Amino acid sequence: MSDKKVLEKVNIIKECRKLGLPLFECPHFIFSMMGILIILTSSAIYFTGFKYTEDPLLITLTVLIVSAVLFTMSFIITQGFEKLAEASRMKLEFLTIISHQMRAPFSNLRWVIELMKSGGAGKIDKKNEEYLDILKENSQRMEQLIERLIMVSKIEQNMMPLKKKKASFEKIIEKSILEFKAFAAASNVKVSFEKEDNFPEILIDPGQTREAVDNLLDNAIKYSKKSGKVKIKIYTKNKKAYFEIKDDGAGIPKSDQKYVFKKFFRSENALKNQTDGSGLGLFIVKSIIENHGGKITFESEEGKGTTFIFSLPIKK
Amino acid sequence: MVVKILSKNMKTILFVEDEAALHKTLGQVLRDKGYNLISALDGKIGLELAKGEKRPDLILLDLILPKVNGFEVLRKLKEDPETKDIPVIVLTNLESTGDIEKALELGATTYLVKASYGLEELVEKVRKTLK
Repeated sequence: MSDKKVLEKVNIIKECRKLGLPLFECPHFIFSMMGILIILTSSAIYFTGFKYTEDPLLITLTVLIVSAVLFTMSFIITQGFEKLAEASRMKLEFLTIISHQMRAPFSNLRWVIELMKSGGAGKIDKKNEEYLDILKENSQRMEQLIERLIMVSKIEQNMMPLKKKKASFEKIIEKSILEFKAFAAASNVKVSFEKEDNFPEILIDPGQTREAVDNLLDNAIKYSKKSGKVKIKIYTKNKKAYFEIKDDGAGIPKSDQKYVFKKFFRSENALKNQTDGSGLGLFIVKSIIENHGGKITFESEEGKGTTFIFSLPIKK
Repeated sequence: MVVKILSKNMKTILFVEDEAALHKTLGQVLRDKGYNLISALDGKIGLELAKGEKRPDLILLDLILPKVNGFEVLRKLKEDPETKDIPVIVLTNLESTGDIEKALELGATTYLVKASYGLEELVEKVRKTLK
């Protein structure tokens, strides 16, 4: 290793920043702390031994050997951590690049379909219009997935700042219900909305809150039974606004419940009942709610349904 | 590559975008709606055409461009007394707050993220800006 590289490695803060890790989770910092601890402990043992034994040389030698072994071990362990952190950073970078690169061609595709459907590129017959609808639907699904991947990479890089303002939470929910009206009708699911009188405006990022509500409502409809019911309720308690969404769908098996908010996780039940889904929605919802200083929990029973509840501070 | 299709008494739009496919789609729709369209596939040509014989009434500008990037094009357009009053709609896939703020500070009239708009919505934005 060249002198320059050694000096770079010594700059702990720079190295940790490069890995995108906070100081207390950074291998370089942990290694330095372990090193200082080993030196202090070794010095204490040496001075104690020197004072109380007749053969200080033996003590010195033992302390030196033990310190060297501890140093080597901690170096190997932290190197392992460093490799893991680097792999995780590269994975995130890969995700960011790929999702951004895929975005442009899909915008182009969408616009071409739109142009063709409008007849701007020449007249098309009914059959071809049906094929264009299939293309449109599938490109929309891909675009949605790309948008979600971009959102995940933004969340993980702390690049999704909140643009908070006082907003009507109930209007956000009403708009979301309206948007999912056709989907709910097609799925034969009835959506109801119950709200407390004079529900106050709350300080939130309306766009991100809508994203969270949309994801939960989409899931509730998607995993509901035929002729199912989705009940949404909002209320206030202890200076917090609560959102509750209850479905009578497939439910989440107990063994899967601890993984529900992990990204890319899809419960076996979900896969059985609905193949469409990325496993990113609930990860995004949790991040949005927690960024607002809120909390999200759920209760679920297999075969009976699931209830998600999140809270948001009313003023902050 | 420069494509010029000009008609008299029509508003002229300069579209600076390196993706040829977008000139075909958005360009086609704008022409169908009755606008003159001047197309540039890189920032350098975009700057030249902005000061050309037929001055555009509006510029649609991508940010990731070959030769001269969109921010630089925007800065130069707004520094030049000949072009500083031409409204510029930034049309890009970059969507970070930093990029948006930078473009608006440099003088962009509107900032639109391609992924969030359909063709008809874009044409409506163009129409409103030109009004």
